[in-house]
Amino acid sequence: MNRSTIDLWVGIFVALGLGAIVFLSMKVGNLVSFKGDEGYHLEAQFDNIGGLKVRAPVKSAGVVVGRVAQIKLDPKTYEAVAVLNIEPSYKFSKDTIGSILTSGLLGEQYVSLDPGGDTTYLKDGDRLAKTQSAVVLEKLLSQFLFNKAAEGGDKK
Amino acid sequence: MDEVARLLRRLGAGVIDRIWRLGYASRFMAMVLRDSTMAFRRFSLTMRELYFAGVLSLVIVGVSGLFVGMVLALQGFETLQNFGAAEAVGVLVATSLVKELGPVVAGLLFASRAGSAITAEIGLMKTTEQLSAMEMMAVNPIARVVAPRFWAGVISMPLLAAIFSVMGVFGGWIVAVKLLGVDNGTFWSQMQAQIDFRLGIVNGIIKSAVFGVAITAIAVFEGYDAPPTAEGVASATTRTVVASALAVLALDFVLTVFMFRGTGL
Repeated sequence: MNRSTIDLWVGIFVALGLGAIVFLSMKVGNLVSFKGDEGYHLEAQFDNIGGLKVRAPVKSAGVVVGRVAQIKLDPKTYEAVAVLNIEPSYKFSKDTIGSILTSGLLGEQYVSLDPGGDTTYLKDGDRLAKTQSAVVLEKLLSQFLFNKAAEGGDKK
Repeated sequence: MDEVARLLRRLGAGVIDRIWRLGYASRFMAMVLRDSTMAFRRFSLTMRELYFAGVLSLVIVGVSGLFVGMVLALQGFETLQNFGAAEAVGVLVATSLVKELGPVVAGLLFASRAGSAITAEIGLMKTTEQLSAMEMMAVNPIARVVAPRFWAGVISMPLLAAIFSVMGVFGGWIVAVKLLGVDNGTFWSQMQAQIDFRLGIVNGIIKSAVFGVAITAIAVFEGYDAPPTAEGVASATTRTVVASALAVLALDFVLTVFMFRGTGL
């Protein structure tokens, strides 16, 4: 085996290896579609965000239109503010309602945007007027038990 | 009483011997790093070692990756189906390959395929006094023989681990999509949604690079330190495989603790 053949094989090996790393980054890790700060930001205020996490999808009619960029607590109202990073090609009307839903019974939580009929669109940095908080299972259960107890009390 | 004294003496001698070897290994690694300019200035030396360590390991790494991915998909599918989440089989295969199995199994294969060969080669060079002959000719054997092998191993390992993971994902894709009928789009999209670039893929590459350094460092040291006899080379080769396999598994635990603890993944 002379040197130039070795060079060729090593070249093939390195190209395969680098190709594998690129494949992992693009196809498996999905580096491409995570574009960071492209797109515009909307803010949504929620009483309770439940288990919503940063990078959770933002969906409208089930289509992913953006991701949750940041979650913070408003120090004055003690409400959670989720900053949504929306792809620039999607525009939403002023009276869009944001709600936190769960995909499936045990799935991850996401923000759903339901546009209304307003003809003006939300701009970068705008805050959604109406929101619906996440359903917290414990609260739901305690409410249910409380109602049951109240019913029991009425019968007496 | 004599028995106890002899036992203690033997224990002490063993411990001192181990510590002495550890110190010698550290000094040896420092020498390798100091003398490794030649491995890059005369890159054809490293190129030849890249061929032996990397290119010739391609087939075993690729085929093993393919089968590991296929088995993972098969087993994962059976279990996930009970929970109605058979589509998540892509996530399962890719996560376990990229974060754990890729670096670890490729490391174990690399240790037994290339590490043992490096030890045997350097050990035999020492036994046949080629290393001494080089020193006589004012050629530094560490710069000429050891450093190129070390760097070739360090370069090959991350590439081999990446190839292993890709072949595994491909094998998983064949079983899940082609044989078991998981939807092609869901397979990829779930995988892409769940695997984070920095946490998953970059950490996997860092892991494999660390394993590469550990395996080749052990291999070149055991070869250089081998007693210059046939049995000496044989036991050094065995020690290389055993020590680097243990090192890979132990390092994997330590790295995983540092990388993934508290990240929720």
